[in-house]
Amino acid sequence: MVCESWNEKLDTYLDGELGEAETRSFDAHVRGCHSCSADALTRVQLKRTIQVAGKHFTPSADFRRRVRQSIAPKPQRRLGVGWILATAVAVILVVGALTSTYVGSRADRGQVFSEIADLHVATLASSSPVDVISTDRHTVKPWFQGKIPFAFNLPELQNSGFSLLGGRMSYLDQAPGAHLIYDVRKHHISVFVFQERSLPARLDEKSLAPKQLSFNMETWTQGGLRYFVIGDASGADIDSLARLFKAAS
Amino acid sequence: MSATSPQSASFEELAMPLFDQLYNFARWLTRNTEEAEDLVQETYVKGLKGFSSFQLGTNFRAWMYRILRNTFLTSRTGLRVTMSVPLDPEQDASELAIENDTPETILLRRSNSQLVLNAVDHLPVHYREVLLLCEMEEMSYLEIAETLSIPVGTVMSRLSRARSTLRHHLGRKLQGDEAGMEIVGETNYGL
Repeated sequence: MVCESWNEKLDTYLDGELGEAETRSFDAHVRGCHSCSADALTRVQLKRTIQVAGKHFTPSADFRRRVRQSIAPKPQRRLGVGWILATAVAVILVVGALTSTYVGSRADRGQVFSEIADLHVATLASSSPVDVISTDRHTVKPWFQGKIPFAFNLPELQNSGFSLLGGRMSYLDQAPGAHLIYDVRKHHISVFVFQERSLPARLDEKSLAPKQLSFNMETWTQGGLRYFVIGDASGADIDSLARLFKAAS
Repeated sequence: MSATSPQSASFEELAMPLFDQLYNFARWLTRNTEEAEDLVQETYVKGLKGFSSFQLGTNFRAWMYRILRNTFLTSRTGLRVTMSVPLDPEQDASELAIENDTPETILLRRSNSQLVLNAVDHLPVHYREVLLLCEMEEMSYLEIAETLSIPVGTVMSRLSRARSTLRHHLGRKLQGDEAGMEIVGETNYGL
């Protein structure tokens, strides 16, 4: 067969693997040889068929994801910005919570003291500041029976300079208490007595901020009761009356 | 932000674009979806581990195909296939040529690509792989030689044999002779 030698190299020619000179010779031969030209055409079409049909199998998306994960760069063991941010957020939240609690507590305390001052002023401004008018502690104390859910003692005021004007019901944060009014050298002093557990904030004497109040005030807790002594009298007078109450309780 | 190794990041960038074709090739080699997935998975893991030894600028595609092919040869299926390798598989191609048949012509007339796929699938694995690398991946003979770690001459002879076998099978198939494939089955012509 005349084309036998060409035919043996036809696949190599179609694969583009012949040398430059041999390829040029092949080009010329194929253009002029009908038999080799037809053979080359069918082989090219077979190559194309294998090329297209051979890409028959496609990996699943899940498998692709798994392989990608298996070769994905692993994060190194050092704190990244994400961790730093997360830590910072956590610290801010904790500090925020603590601050909020502290500030809230301070706010509650401040609010209690302000309210006590308001009660004191409002009572003195009233046309009837007391509901029970008596200088006798044995008259005033029984008056509160059945009106408040606790009992308390009133001090003996003989030779103390203080005098009892009377008493009335009072309410602090919707909790009932006793409001007593004393007089010392024409200054009126209010003494409030409430159940400690009914108050909205934990109070102590150190919590007092006299500079923020226009009155002198002293407070303490004794026997489950919270006492407030407040007035425009001197600090010494406030303290003296407080001592009398403490001694009586 | 997590820190990444530039070397492993480069591997992912280079290797993932080859994913579809590597899987397709693996599937053709193993003839089984699960085995193909295992083969590709192992290829990528090995590639990542050995990437530090890969010289950037050289043929990464051939490198990955070589890993996949070597992994396949050590797999159960691969070992079973290579157990039937004849001593001199490159010398008896002429007896398979069916010069009086024109399978391509018949094939083109029928436009039956499934028939071609079946014919490729029935090729012994060492013919199948060289044919797929040449036709599907359009690798040069040199690249195929590099991938399969064989001389270029062997690539050419295997390609020739693969094509002859393919034509033989297509001719037999189109003539309805089912027994034709037994002549070139892996048991007799594994390599």
